[in-house]
Amino acid sequence: MDPTSQRSLHFDSVGMTFPDGTAALDGVDFVVDRGEFVTVVGPSGCGKSTLLRLASGLLEPTRGVVTVDRDWLAYVFQDATLLPWRTVARNVELPTELHGVERQERRRRAAAAVDLVGLNGFEDHHPGQLSGGMKMRVSLARALTLDPTVWLFDEPFGALDAITRQRLNGEVLDLFMARSFAGLFITHSVPEAVFLSTRVLVMSARPGRIMAEFDVPFGYPRAGDLPFSPEFTALAAAVSAALETVHE
Amino acid sequence: MSSRFEIDTVGSPPGAPAPGLLAPEVERDWKRLIVPPVLVFVGFIGLWYLLSWRYLPVLLGSEPGAADRLRSTLLPYPHDVVATAFLDRENLVDLLGGLWLDTRLALAGLAIAIVIGVLIAVAMSQAKWIEVSGYPYAVLLQTVPILALVPLIGLWFGFGFGARLFVVVIISLFPIITNTLFGLKSAEAGHHDLFTLHTDSRWARLLKLQLPASLPAMFTGFQISAGLSVIGAIVGDFFFGRGERGLGNLINLYVARLRPEELFGALAFSTLLGVAVFVLFGWLRVRLTAHWHDSARAP
Repeated sequence: MDPTSQRSLHFDSVGMTFPDGTAALDGVDFVVDRGEFVTVVGPSGCGKSTLLRLASGLLEPTRGVVTVDRDWLAYVFQDATLLPWRTVARNVELPTELHGVERQERRRRAAAAVDLVGLNGFEDHHPGQLSGGMKMRVSLARALTLDPTVWLFDEPFGALDAITRQRLNGEVLDLFMARSFAGLFITHSVPEAVFLSTRVLVMSARPGRIMAEFDVPFGYPRAGDLPFSPEFTALAAAVSAALETVHE
Repeated sequence: MSSRFEIDTVGSPPGAPAPGLLAPEVERDWKRLIVPPVLVFVGFIGLWYLLSWRYLPVLLGSEPGAADRLRSTLLPYPHDVVATAFLDRENLVDLLGGLWLDTRLALAGLAIAIVIGVLIAVAMSQAKWIEVSGYPYAVLLQTVPILALVPLIGLWFGFGFGARLFVVVIISLFPIITNTLFGLKSAEAGHHDLFTLHTDSRWARLLKLQLPASLPAMFTGFQISAGLSVIGAIVGDFFFGRGERGLGNLINLYVARLRPEELFGALAFSTLLGVAVFVLFGWLRVRLTAHWHDSARAP
């Protein structure tokens, strides 16, 4: 893997202070290459979402530099953020439509993406007719249409029940294995972080800094019973302990 | 890998009709929506008869025959109103002529107000300085005593259709501007982020996000203005008092000639016209937003 690859994400001593004086992030340094799935855990209000807004270009940092190829970026929000007046198919088409992809091509891509997340037969439904889990699938399908190389996830399945959440996490990993994108995933659940990623970053309370870094040694695909193995438990305990110390 | 992508068990199956479109529910809805207002109407007519029959004699004392003589001046029986205003051919032709003029005035004025109002709201939503500098004057449209303005409009534009149209537009513009502007601003922050990520085009954001998001509020504004446009039409001809005869002119005439039966008939027509335009826009709003907006589903 070329470490200077354009299609990875690079934070170079990034700091963010909002106009009201709130220091959200300070001296954040890390790189996510293609084929890496990095998860950030931290106490609530530590600036995790700010991190993603900086990564996506929705915010400009007040210090340091963020390097990322924004044309190949997927941002999976906390909510599905589907337009309620559009059908599933038309929602999935939206990013390609905004990027000026020609109609037939975007239809084709949307159909393939809907197929991939298993929502065939729901193309003409409106979001109001879908369950929370299905809405998040539409959101994933929508992100897929641009075939992004950098994926940002902002606690995407936090509002769902445990079983649906687990299943969708499994689907994210399937996508990761199939496309080996650079993934940056925000969560406050330590087991979720360890289960998903190749690397876990622990952030401190505001202003957020990266306080600890853990490499996750498990290969992919990851078995559903992995969280019950002693190695997994030991690593999760170490991450939790690090999180405890930054919390104080 | 595809085996992982299973369908959640929650949510309606493909091909099932959207909720609220099933025939029995619609039928029940109609009964629920129609019966209570009809009962209120019957009660209202009953009260009218009671007042006309019992209260007038009490009011006028015991002088024999006084109540009968004055009943037609003060509060005629509903069936007398129907007989005089609607069953008498000459009166009915007058009233229908007025109704036709005011319907055209209200609808044309409303259409103009919708075009102008939506354009103003869109401009305000696109540039803060337009909103800040223009909004106080939009409020002014609402607060200016239209009654004082009408004679002035008559002096400027004459007393024809155009001048009356002007009154209708002024009176119905404000709710369209405020509600549309509110709707344009109601698009969610998350949706705005989504558009920011994928496009720099304000035009795309306006057409594909802000305008669709504003439809429910926009149509609420149209509905409020629909009622006002009828009032505007009638106020217009009430004050101009010349030219073609609208319901407002007729009301003036009937008051001057002490003809309460016809007056009540004119009131009924103008009220019904307002209700009809209001219902029309309510129906349009539901048609356009029922498939996605909650407010359109609940009656």
